[in-house]
Amino acid sequence: MNTTELERDFQNKIDNEIRIEPKDWMPDNYRQTLIRQISQHAHSEIVGMLPEGNWITRAPSLRRKVALLAKVQDEAGHGLYLYSATETLGIERDETIEDLNSGKAKYSSIFNYPTLTWADIGAIGWLVDGAAIMNQVPLCRCSYGPYARAMVRVCKEESFHQRQGYEIMLTLCRGSEAQKNMAQDALNRWWWPALMMFGPSDSDSPHTAQSMKWKIKRFTNDELRQKFVDITSPQADFLGISIPDDNLKWNEDEGHYDFGEPAWEEFYDVIRGNGPCNAERLNARKKAYNEGSWVREAALAYAKKKSNSENLVQVA
Amino acid sequence: MSKRSWPLWEVFIRSKNGLHHKHVGSLHATDSQMALENARDVYTRRNEGISIWVVESKSITASDPAQGEELFEPAADKIYRHPTFYKLPDEVKHI
Repeated sequence: MNTTELERDFQNKIDNEIRIEPKDWMPDNYRQTLIRQISQHAHSEIVGMLPEGNWITRAPSLRRKVALLAKVQDEAGHGLYLYSATETLGIERDETIEDLNSGKAKYSSIFNYPTLTWADIGAIGWLVDGAAIMNQVPLCRCSYGPYARAMVRVCKEESFHQRQGYEIMLTLCRGSEAQKNMAQDALNRWWWPALMMFGPSDSDSPHTAQSMKWKIKRFTNDELRQKFVDITSPQADFLGISIPDDNLKWNEDEGHYDFGEPAWEEFYDVIRGNGPCNAERLNARKKAYNEGSWVREAALAYAKKKSNSENLVQVA
Repeated sequence: MSKRSWPLWEVFIRSKNGLHHKHVGSLHATDSQMALENARDVYTRRNEGISIWVVESKSITASDPAQGEELFEPAADKIYRHPTFYKLPDEVKHI
């Protein structure tokens, strides 16, 4: 078959909801798009451990501490499922990690913001994991099998993350005045970055059309952002704190909330590396990678030595 | 760099007795023992399994999707291998 026929067959499979598996023929752009998207997703899970890890030793109770530890461990697991999905596309794990460390690969901009108070852990679980779930649920039906299967596992686990975050917010909002203020302050700082997690507006998102045609994406950035606002606004009302957007109001005719435009300049600036914590996050990753290199080498040397001595025993 | 990287292993989990081990994903480890330990941490944090198999990915031989037709088409036209191929009167019970 020539390339045109292969491409036609490929698109037919996608149109008929037949999943693409690693050894199937796929257009090079499809492969490259997935490698970029899945590895960025993996990097986001891994870098995402850093802002939360900051609070593990200072969690206010043992109950909160075990929950946060379990959540951060889950993020590591999610990163690993996703790295393993990336590898099915023919790229080595080391190469993927090298791209993160060199700054060539991106990760979600949200993790370039600092976690200043305990309420930030609540806000991250509620808003950041909430937005991530909104993005990830449709990815469970992504056309690429290994990515979709990884997402099913991730989504199952992620729902505890969001609930524990909201529970933290609820406890603070039903607590003292100072605690409620802390929750409001966290909402003020995390709201807009959370909305930006869905990516630029559809009109500025050049890859959306192709990704939708390939069924990597099922909804546009703006559709998901609207859904997030619709679901989250009543949750903020229940907490009794206000979303920092003067334009946010229920639109009876549309059946949706109207809301303001995120500051896209800030979004692009953080992507360019100028967020409050970009350098800190990347340095932490590089430090962990470099300082762990002797462990990786020692483990390999040990495995080699052990297998040599087992072979000797067999010969004897 | 690739020379120094840890081998890739495929992980299979039996969720409970009576069911097959099922492929769940892959991971890197230097040997089978480490692969088992890592599989436990990565793939069974929520009681997903009671038994784990790990096998080095390079040991798996897979069929080629391009040969799909020659491998699997022959089964498609053998409808006489299915019970519904055989027409029996309704009066005949339990068959």
